[in-house]
Amino acid sequence: MLELKVLSKHFGGVRAVDDLSLAVEKGQIFGLIGPNGSGKSTTVNLICGVFPVTSGRVLLDGKDITRAQPHQTLAAGIARTFQNIRLFGQLTVWQNLWVAQNGLEDRQRENFLRRWMSGNRRARESVEELLEFSGLADKRDALARNLAFGEQRRLELARALSAKPKLLLLDEPAAGMNLEEVGALDDRLRKIQDRGVTILLVEHVMDLVMGVTDRIAVLNFGKKIAEGTPAEIQDDPAVQEAYLGGAGGRRAAAAG
Amino acid sequence: MDFLLGLTQLIGVHTILGLSAYVVLLTGQVTIAQAGFFGIGAYIAAMLTTLAGWHIVPAMLVGASVAGVVACIVGFPALRVKGLMLVVATTAFGEFVRLFWFNFDYQIAKGEIMVGPEGGEGFKQIRYFPENGWTTGDVALFIWVILIAIMLALWWMDRSRAGAVLRAVGEDELAAQSVGINLTATKVTAFAVGGFIAGIGGGIYAHYTTHIEHANFSVLLATFAIAYPILGGLTNVTGTLFAVVFIQGILVEGLRFMGDWRNLLFGALIVVAMNVRPRGLIDERVVMIVGRAFSTRKGRADA
Repeated sequence: MLELKVLSKHFGGVRAVDDLSLAVEKGQIFGLIGPNGSGKSTTVNLICGVFPVTSGRVLLDGKDITRAQPHQTLAAGIARTFQNIRLFGQLTVWQNLWVAQNGLEDRQRENFLRRWMSGNRRARESVEELLEFSGLADKRDALARNLAFGEQRRLELARALSAKPKLLLLDEPAAGMNLEEVGALDDRLRKIQDRGVTILLVEHVMDLVMGVTDRIAVLNFGKKIAEGTPAEIQDDPAVQEAYLGGAGGRRAAAAG
Repeated sequence: MDFLLGLTQLIGVHTILGLSAYVVLLTGQVTIAQAGFFGIGAYIAAMLTTLAGWHIVPAMLVGASVAGVVACIVGFPALRVKGLMLVVATTAFGEFVRLFWFNFDYQIAKGEIMVGPEGGEGFKQIRYFPENGWTTGDVALFIWVILIAIMLALWWMDRSRAGAVLRAVGEDELAAQSVGINLTATKVTAFAVGGFIAGIGGGIYAHYTTHIEHANFSVLLATFAIAYPILGGLTNVTGTLFAVVFIQGILVEGLRFMGDWRNLLFGALIVVAMNVRPRGLIDERVVMIVGRAFSTRKGRADA
């Protein structure tokens, strides 16, 4: 469903993403891993349209979305979360989900006012359902900035699900979580997958990636060095080289 | 009595001006263009009543609509830049409008005298209110009816999804885009609504002062326009009103007995107020306390 075709992004002389080609199948949880600074987050930002691409194409269900802006890629069916949580801190939990209810109007209705009203009603129902799903129902009136860290992650995930995306891009959703929370995230990702949402998971926490993904691609210095099932990736010498061979250590300070 | 009514009028008009900046500030944009839109509304409404003999209400609506359309046109290029660059861009626009009126001459004979904008001399004889027998009290009432209508509309907007969307854009533009909010459309809409509201304020201002000139619409007025909502707080629309009462009622009028020392104290008190109440006079805490007081009386949650 998602295809990257020889995608590149250069920042000055740095090739953050270099001729990357990927194909994510519908219904998969696809892992994207690699040492720090290997271009994972940049890839997410290219897919969403945060950065303009240097060359290559991004296709969603065969449709070219390479030049789409972030709100257009969302409308096309791609939602995301951020590596460093970006909630609307001064808004309540409920409002955070409410502003994210986009593209839900009932287009069958002719009358604009009716359509707007029914859109509003569906939006409210959708918010309630997401509050329930993320276990934040009792926090609905709390300001997002006052939530605990784990709750903020859950809220951001719920916010990303608000637009009923076809594809969900998760940028290190387990960063900063303890083992118990990672376990709960694992369950939640499977539930999201059961709803028919395809997931592209960028992650460092290996337990999560190896346990939950159907297929994994490994990046190093912006290039794909391996792709396969979790078992194949674990045995791949090139991957072991990238992680253990010092490349990760040298560039550990660089942003993912 | 007339002094108090005059102050009431001034507070009403300045609150409308402050609210025009409030809408734009919600999206995180600092605009110095509000005095320009205020001036457009003032000149156009005054020309329509004085030169074309219109009723004041349609004249003000047309003036405000022109201001809104200009805001929309200016908004597209201006809102591509952010922060200090936007301040510079909107300041430049405000000065452009002021200098336009400085050079704008369009007079027609009305009986014995010539009326209409006369460049640097200004636009005198905007005599709609006296000609139609409105008393000072009528005018004050007119202003406050409009102000309350605008405040109710913005209050409703604040509580609807549109208000949350504006605030979301103000908080984090990238996150707002990633949940599907069209940044340009949101910012330009806020800018146009702000321009329209400023235009309404200008339309009334021109008629109750009866004489306007380019210097009325300077950067100083634009600074006041953003100072009100910032001092009052962006939590809800009442903050702007309280800030106008605080500045125009207490600081400007209340301290008049101090003579020239007033200006010095004026600045100092604003700095003190901002330090004591960093999120504005009416912040979340005040809203919560007031909300709670109301909800116990009604026996249910108000929010």
